[in-house]
Amino acid sequence: MNAPGKQADGVSVGPPLWLLAELTYRCPLQCPYCSNPLDFSSADQELTTEQWVDVLRQGRTMGAAQLGFSGGEPLVRQDLSELISEARHLGYYSNLITSGLGLNADKVEAFAEAGLDHIQVSFQASDPELNNAVAGSRKAFDQKLAMARAVKEAGYPMVLNFVIHRHNIHQMNDIIALCDKLGADYVELATCQYYGWAFKNREGLMPSRAQLEKAEAEVNAYRARLLDAGSAMKLIFVTPDYYEERPKACMNGWGSLFLTVAPDGTALPCHSARILPIDFPNVTEMSMKDIWYNSPGFNHYRGDSWMPEPCRSCDEKGKDFGGCRCQAYMLTGNADNADPVCGKSPHHDRILSARRAADHATAGIEELTFRNAENSRLFFRS
Amino acid sequence: MAKTPKLRRGFRFQWEPAQESYVLLYPEGMVKLNGSAGAILKEVDGERSVETIVATLEQAFPDAGPLAKDVEAFLQEAANQHWIEMV
Ligand code: SF4
Ligand code: SF4
Repeated sequence: MNAPGKQADGVSVGPPLWLLAELTYRCPLQCPYCSNPLDFSSADQELTTEQWVDVLRQGRTMGAAQLGFSGGEPLVRQDLSELISEARHLGYYSNLITSGLGLNADKVEAFAEAGLDHIQVSFQASDPELNNAVAGSRKAFDQKLAMARAVKEAGYPMVLNFVIHRHNIHQMNDIIALCDKLGADYVELATCQYYGWAFKNREGLMPSRAQLEKAEAEVNAYRARLLDAGSAMKLIFVTPDYYEERPKACMNGWGSLFLTVAPDGTALPCHSARILPIDFPNVTEMSMKDIWYNSPGFNHYRGDSWMPEPCRSCDEKGKDFGGCRCQAYMLTGNADNADPVCGKSPHHDRILSARRAADHATAGIEELTFRNAENSRLFFRS
Repeated sequence: MAKTPKLRRGFRFQWEPAQESYVLLYPEGMVKLNGSAGAILKEVDGERSVETIVATLEQAFPDAGPLAKDVEAFLQEAANQHWIEMV
């Protein structure tokens, strides 16, 4: 039979198919759009190798097939190779999400031998000056290019990720051309989502509608050219939901497919959920099966009986689940509310005013708050 | 034309007990395959040609009748999706 289709609030719950292992919050870079919590420096406990191995085993037994190693920068964990072999042995498809810093050709090879399936290298821009300004590091760009090439040489698919914001969105054509030249298989053009540090820096990051429309037209035109040329390079353009009238179906529904384990073992339905005023269980205290199927944290927003109006009586609630809980919380102070991206939300004006601000924003990159331990301490919640 | 299909690099095909089906895994993605898609992709190993695959499946499913058209159509679609390459 299938994995236990347990009942929570009359809702049948399937297995978590995706496991995200945030191995550490440590990172040599300082991206101002980092999705890590603002007070990450207060959570400096990390699970041990044995504890991570146990997390991987439990997740796989429950049905997880996709595994992400992320952070922070996962490469700072000395046991990464060991965790990769364990993941391969268990039958996961494992993805390493890295800035490329701390990577070298030998490690790329060694990880391939250990059974890593895919390495995603993230870039901040298509030219070195802008890239390095955004990443808060000088030598970052050349290193990233070298690593992107090493990844391909070692036989992995080449997946490049560019975080897009108002300071690099004009470079869309150059970015895609660079990826084409490198021979990328997948290119993610991900306009920042405003969580963590990016929410703090939203005004300085969010593109204007005019910028966005121009970029979208450029991506579509490029995609058509690739198709004509028979290229297999796939462009994935993630646009900011702040310009939508309906929210995204966040995580495909709360506690429906995704299970994130934070560096200290806190289990979360999404990597940002830590900000919510909800008690989330820790894998050092509860089995992952219990966490997934029975913990109050994971059951909190399953089903729809928690919904207030306008979602409660809305006929679209099965489609978007009322949007993102973190966004509702950040923008309205109450995570139960409809995601304000929705045109039906009484708080939709907060999105509209962010759009207006984006039309007039003038702040330069140097005015963004960079993600580092010093700035993080300013955000400690005591 | 003796073409040989092979999974594109970065793609993995495997049985998932929790989903009771074959799946195709790739960078940050997963497709759950239906019965016939699973049965066809199971034969794709980069060594056997389309004809061999058709013959194998016809032998395994004698009641299904001639399969060449369906198998070729599916493989064409999988190639269009860039899941597989024809070499
Ligand atoms: S977004 Fe930047 S700062 Fe944050 S973890 Fe990733 S590379 Fe490090
Ligand atoms: S009211 Fe709620 S359920 Fe309806 S579309 Fe808006 S966010 Fe979705």
